[in-house]
Amino acid sequence: MLSTLQPPRSLSLLPLRRFQISKTIVSAASSKTIDTSVISPPQSQILTTRRSLLSGETTAVEIAKSYLSRIRLTEPQLKCFLHVSENVLKDAQEIDQRIAKGEELGPLAGVLIGVKDNICTQGMPSTAASRILEHYRPPFDATAVKKIKELGGIVVGKTNMDEFGMGSTTEASAFQVTANPWDLSRVPGGSSGGSAAAVAARQCMVSLGSDTGGSVRQPASFCGVVGLKPTYGRVSRFGLMAYASSLDVIGCFGSTVADAGMLLHAISGYDRFDSTSSKQDVPEFQSQFPSVDHFESKPLNGVKVGIIRETLEDGVDSGVRSATQEAASHLEALGCILTEVSLPSFSLGLPAYYVIASSESSSNLSRYDGVRYGNQVMAEELNKLYECSRGEGFGGEVKMRILMGTYALSAGYYNAYYKRAQQVRTLIRKDFKAALEQNDILISPAAPSAAYKIGEKKDDPLAMYAGDIMTVNVNLAGLPAMVLPCGLVEGGPSGLPVGLQMIGAAFDEEKLLKVGHIFEQTLKGSSFVPPLLANVA
Amino acid sequence: MSTTLLRTFQPNQFSLLGTSLLRRRRSNNFSVRFCGSQTTTTHEAKQSSPTRVAPKNHKSNKLDEILRDYEAVIGIETHVQLSTLTKAFCSCSNNYGSYPNTSICPVCMGLPGALPVLNSKVVEFGVRLGLALNCDLSLKSKFDRKQYFYPDLPKGYQISQFDIPIASGGYVDLDIPLEFGGGHRRFGITRVHMEEDAGKLLHSDTGDYSQVDLNRAGVPLLEIVSEPDMRSGIEAAEYACEMQRIARYLGVSNGNMQEGSLRCDVNISIRPIGQAEFGTKVEIKNLNAFSAISRAIDYEISRQALLYNQGKADQIVTETRLWEEGAQKTVTMRKKEGLADYRYFPEPDLPEVILTKEYVDSIRASLPELPEAKRRRYEAMGLGMQDVLFLANDVSVAEYFDAVIGKGAEVKLAANWIMSDIAAYLKNEKLSINDIKLTPQELAELIAAIKDGTISGKIGKEILFELLAKGGTVKGMIKAKDLVQITDPVEIEKMVIQVVSENPKQLEQYRSGKTKLQGYFAGQIMKMSKGKANPGLLNKILLEKLNAKD
Repeated sequence: MLSTLQPPRSLSLLPLRRFQISKTIVSAASSKTIDTSVISPPQSQILTTRRSLLSGETTAVEIAKSYLSRIRLTEPQLKCFLHVSENVLKDAQEIDQRIAKGEELGPLAGVLIGVKDNICTQGMPSTAASRILEHYRPPFDATAVKKIKELGGIVVGKTNMDEFGMGSTTEASAFQVTANPWDLSRVPGGSSGGSAAAVAARQCMVSLGSDTGGSVRQPASFCGVVGLKPTYGRVSRFGLMAYASSLDVIGCFGSTVADAGMLLHAISGYDRFDSTSSKQDVPEFQSQFPSVDHFESKPLNGVKVGIIRETLEDGVDSGVRSATQEAASHLEALGCILTEVSLPSFSLGLPAYYVIASSESSSNLSRYDGVRYGNQVMAEELNKLYECSRGEGFGGEVKMRILMGTYALSAGYYNAYYKRAQQVRTLIRKDFKAALEQNDILISPAAPSAAYKIGEKKDDPLAMYAGDIMTVNVNLAGLPAMVLPCGLVEGGPSGLPVGLQMIGAAFDEEKLLKVGHIFEQTLKGSSFVPPLLANVA
Repeated sequence: MSTTLLRTFQPNQFSLLGTSLLRRRRSNNFSVRFCGSQTTTTHEAKQSSPTRVAPKNHKSNKLDEILRDYEAVIGIETHVQLSTLTKAFCSCSNNYGSYPNTSICPVCMGLPGALPVLNSKVVEFGVRLGLALNCDLSLKSKFDRKQYFYPDLPKGYQISQFDIPIASGGYVDLDIPLEFGGGHRRFGITRVHMEEDAGKLLHSDTGDYSQVDLNRAGVPLLEIVSEPDMRSGIEAAEYACEMQRIARYLGVSNGNMQEGSLRCDVNISIRPIGQAEFGTKVEIKNLNAFSAISRAIDYEISRQALLYNQGKADQIVTETRLWEEGAQKTVTMRKKEGLADYRYFPEPDLPEVILTKEYVDSIRASLPELPEAKRRRYEAMGLGMQDVLFLANDVSVAEYFDAVIGKGAEVKLAANWIMSDIAAYLKNEKLSINDIKLTPQELAELIAAIKDGTISGKIGKEILFELLAKGGTVKGMIKAKDLVQITDPVEIEKMVIQVVSENPKQLEQYRSGKTKLQGYFAGQIMKMSKGKANPGLLNKILLEKLNAKD
């Protein structure tokens, strides 16, 4: 099989050049002038695929084969997928047949998509990386998956994650630990670590993740890809296995802003199967992704950017801080008006998040009782059946959060915990609203550090929880946010990527995509391709 | 979208559940030991329309004496299963009696990733019932999750309403039947809230395994909580009866107790008369008939009063007791150790329920006349309480009666026809009033025809049964059967003369004092007229002839 391995055309467009790492910080955004001639900016894999399919340059089957080959090659080291679909080539053949017949192609035709394992795919294992759902195959597609399929997208497989989304490293998967393509000894972040790493390693073109407290954005930062968390309600949650219903959103990974944006467009919109989905119009994002040749000299002239002061204080790695500041300078060079903003409630978010998320999860995970599906342990008595099925089915992190949530909702504690956390949530929402009235977008680091070592924080949950400080507030406020790579810090064989988080007003993903796209296309020395991939290619 | 979703789901749903059940059955790994198999008792007690039970009189005098010193405080929680076409949060059909697990989908099975979507009919029915019970409506209410584990509860929580019910602070008025002392009562309604039903557990005979039927899971319910305003079994049974009546009048439920469409849980405590604080509250479940409510409460009052009287009041504990129909007593089901903590919190998958004033007003305007208003109206028409209660009891009967008097029939006559001959016919034929072929228009015609003398009352009763069974018009039938009453004195006189002259022997006996023979003559003449002779006229003329001195 390996002899047939060839670098795919769509991939060959990506410059596979490794970065030169300077001693301390690698700044990809040090230049104040816009110069795109040094390195070609990253290309949308979705658009490239479409172009090459329509021109007949290649076939969907060829593309699919090359990706499958790369999965075969890299997967033993990375372990991004819990399941790889056996239908990829068949699905690709159907696309080719459509092309042959001259039928119209959906915007995602031939696009290979990884789907996080907590998003239901009909007939394909969907376990949320939990023993309790081992071998479970849902009888229906999540709305997001259904839309992807309708538009011609091909589900490559199910990506690894922290069990039920509870974790920030993907180490809490019941089945395997995913490695970071930039440094195999490091975590890819989490909980959507498999989806992020798979896109980084070009095992698929784009992928779906879910973001409850940063589970799309933090792994995007760790893996050097674009991670987009839409506004709460923008994408239907139907078919997303609930962790914390009031915070959960399905999000998108891509190697470019355009890819993440086009995937988001495909899955957005009101769904009558999700009462919390919004009827807000979904704008055509594609107009936000002009070619770099069409940029004006100050393409972001007048865009007001607020940099959140509290996100650059103590506890944030100096490399991350510098990269964020460099990114801010780059935005300024593009014409943005930069100001510092303060969110007084910022530090309250983390404890409030853990109370709310744990409370809701303790309820959402009650359905996994072994009675109707999933892991059932034989028992002599009903309570034992519950105890054993759940005791054996759930991992340690999940049990800890169920216990915390059960405690927080118990009579006598409800007011002190759950209700108080909801009050904090209102406060955070208010602070964001005020800041976003003054600014078009807010920026911050995506995480306090770059990817850390596997096992480093495994026995220190509080340290791991603290890593979510940059992202949880956005979920509490329900706002859209995007993380995109902005620089590298020292670590690993060739540096570790650092992401910049951009936060927008509710339902204004458009602005994030516009700013993000221009930022990405003009970032000097862009193209965040992990070393692993360069070796493979 | 839903159709494809459900269609694609169909092939799997059965195998999913079927295989897991099979597995369980083969391996006998699911042996559940509940506190008794009472939970699965099938209920054979028949109960279709409200029946009333006379209080038992076999209590000893001593017990009666004891009971005189205590007062019972009774509150009722009523679950009304709504007759919506689909379930509360999914599009599964809401059918009673379907084959197990055929009316289920990912949502009501609690599959991972499935989300509830509120059926707007549930809100409408909640508003209807709330208004009918004179409640204040919450223009902004919400759903909450009530959390506990049980195999018939697929999600591990029940979607319910906790601190903000859709309706609260109402009351219901009713009349106690005369045979139970009569009188008008008003009982407070604490709240009405929306929630979903759970599935059903079917336990194997051997007790080795249990099976779950989720057809009922997600079926909408309204829970009505009363104030602790009732003082006797009869009052409680009448309250429950009125709930059924109102639900049926509103068309929100069939209110069928055997099918579980109307379920009552009773909370009861007793206290020595004059004591302000309440005694220890006991809950009684498994009450599948109004008579059971009444008897279970009377039993429970006696049980508790005896314990008090024997100085064993401490043996009355907070617990749930089951009514055993066979043994006619309550038995402990489970003791409540401390308050159950259901860890309620707002349901994040559903938005708040917002009612506009216009919406509420439009529903208020569409409400039918309710039982209490009907009873008061009938009373004002001059009907006695027994008639009032009978006619207003069943909404179909009441509507029929209203239609008959709407066609101009005399109130008392219409009531009599419905309550006697028609009611007897319905009972014999096991029919409802909606099944009969006699239209209200024709009943009014019939009453009028008798009243104006076109036909005799006797003929009226005869043709009634044909009209009930086959339909047709009164006029048509009178014509076809030549049933018009003979009211022409000349014609009747002819018949009288003929009969009298044909029976000289009887005439002689009559005239010699055996006046009872008048009946014999009358019968002969009626026979000759084929029952059509006007009886009054006939007797008048007959008497004249019999007493004539010729």
